[in-house]
Amino acid sequence: MTMFPDLLPALPEILLAVGALALLMIGVFVGEKSTSLINGLSIALLVVAGIAVIAGPGGGVTFSDAFILDPFARFMKVLALIGSAIAIVMSIGYARARKFERFEYPVLIVIATLGMLMMISANDLIAVYLGLELQSLSLYVIAAINRDSVRSTEAGLKYFVLGALSSGMLLYGASLVYGFTGTTTFAGIASALTAEGASLGLVFGLVFLIAGLAFKISAVPFHMWTPDVYEGAPTPVTAFFAAAPKVAAVALFVRVVVGPFAPITHDWQQILSFLAIASMVLGAFAAIGQRNIKRLMAYSSIGHMGYALVGLAAGSEAGVQGVILYVSIYLAMTVGAFACILSMRRREGMTYEINDLAGLAKTHPVMAFMFAAILFSLAGIPPLAGFFAKFYVFLAAIEAELYVLAVIGVVASVIGAYYYLRIIKIMYFDDPATSFEPMPTELRVVLGVSGAFVLFFIIFAGPLGGAAGLAAQTFFPTG
Amino acid sequence: MVLSAIFFYLFSAVVIASGVMVIGARNPVHSVLFLILAFVNAAGLFVLLGAEFLAMILIVVYVGAVAVLFLFVVMMLDVDFVELRQGFLNYLPVGGLIGIVLLAELLLVVAGWTFAGDTMPTSPAPAGMSNTAALGEILYTKYIYFFQAAGMVLLVAMVGAIVLTLRHRESVKRQSIADQVARTPATAIEVRKVESGKGI
Repeated sequence: MTMFPDLLPALPEILLAVGALALLMIGVFVGEKSTSLINGLSIALLVVAGIAVIAGPGGGVTFSDAFILDPFARFMKVLALIGSAIAIVMSIGYARARKFERFEYPVLIVIATLGMLMMISANDLIAVYLGLELQSLSLYVIAAINRDSVRSTEAGLKYFVLGALSSGMLLYGASLVYGFTGTTTFAGIASALTAEGASLGLVFGLVFLIAGLAFKISAVPFHMWTPDVYEGAPTPVTAFFAAAPKVAAVALFVRVVVGPFAPITHDWQQILSFLAIASMVLGAFAAIGQRNIKRLMAYSSIGHMGYALVGLAAGSEAGVQGVILYVSIYLAMTVGAFACILSMRRREGMTYEINDLAGLAKTHPVMAFMFAAILFSLAGIPPLAGFFAKFYVFLAAIEAELYVLAVIGVVASVIGAYYYLRIIKIMYFDDPATSFEPMPTELRVVLGVSGAFVLFFIIFAGPLGGAAGLAAQTFFPTG
Repeated sequence: MVLSAIFFYLFSAVVIASGVMVIGARNPVHSVLFLILAFVNAAGLFVLLGAEFLAMILIVVYVGAVAVLFLFVVMMLDVDFVELRQGFLNYLPVGGLIGIVLLAELLLVVAGWTFAGDTMPTSPAPAGMSNTAALGEILYTKYIYFFQAAGMVLLVAMVGAIVLTLRHRESVKRQSIADQVARTPATAIEVRKVESGKGI
């Protein structure tokens, strides 16, 4: 009973937790002038945690089965850590220019990342909730961090109220699942389901669980907060929201439905198919009328979450592999797109109107080329990365005989291609507007790496696909 | 057995009724008072289950601290709840429909309810150990991960509250206790020679 738990599988989490506390102390005692130091240290901390994930043990269960480390968890953790570290890098220049340098910002990102890692490794309903809440609470604060802006405050409040509602739904679902299976551990739920089958109440609980999770990945019909929060929050914060938390939430979604609820795949397949179709269609149509590029990215991310859910709805090993690849590629494309959005700065301030991109190809040819490549990739044009992402999930859906889902997905991606191509048309064929300020170095690097990934994905499609396949095997040990 | 059943239904009925009143009361202060009533009765339910430590914690923390804090906030904010309810009737058809659908679904679920074997109420405390000791035994060993995670969540809540509300204004004069304590007669008192018949 008093045996000391094995801490090694949770080493990255412990590093982040202790590191965040230390950074908080430095910030409190040194004051506001420590911001750039803490920015650097936070990035270093995330990198160290990433090394700990890669170099650490390959698997294990600890803390009396509440925490699991497996190839899937390691893959997704590395993705989440990369997303968070890039988010801090991208915020440095913006914070300096807009004079809102707060040392709490990187610390909160580190704590949010800790929550993400806990979500990814959750092996128990209580761990799911605590990880999700740790991540979400940090995100609410980060959304409202620019207090002097009414929009930022509004975004934070809106996110908080709706997020609290979704947490309530998730908890209610978890309580029903606990009531009908008698356990909160994933292994226990799975064995109860195999033994007794799914009762109506259990499915009801699962629906609430899925509703809560769908809110976190902003799948339709739980997407309403996304455009407002993305538009209102400061842009580096939006860049962060669109990348790492989405990866973690998708990972948690996969872990919950494919793990303990694998025996009732048929039941959740229908729900996920509906969520996927609604998200893809709404993401494609609602983005057409947008004039603000941050709102457009919000609808784009809703649509992309829909495509990722297509793979999950297949419920097969190929489907999970597709989801893992999809979120990896989505992460790379999103950070590149936001590096461009963060560079839309004129002397008088930031601009987010899509029409202000007019003639970017003449004023900033390299940035325009990279942005165009990323937009083509987001639209899913071969041979760029986004095409392969969609290809794998649709292939999995067809193998699972979900033909309707795959057809609607292809149609939605054709419709969605319109608004991505419209931005490219504005950049290349419209008369130049006032030129933007030159791009800061760190954004250049992020955009360069992201653009290279998108353009030359075909080269590392093999290794990445292999790693994703290995990660997907976690859930299908016999396959 | 009958007595505990009677008390169970009594406490549950009062919890539900006061829960309804929390939403329904016109005066927000009354809402908070009904919330306190709900907490106290929920504590009674815990006592019936044999979890007296949780019952006391519920009274001390929720009634003693949280609800009083609510009361302060409600009194200080002076929100006009009648005005907030203006749009209520507009949303009633849609909201009512969703509520009825959910209720019907819940009834279906409850009708199909079968208890899983090990969820039947068991004695919460192992023999020969007090309630508090049993909780401590499990909280700091088996559930140490959840305990630490909950600690991080609370830390974020605190950091968030400070980040969003603390402002350092330039013009505000602050008390510096260290400076005050460090004052000595040499720095605080100036001795002057005053000539007779004149002021300073």
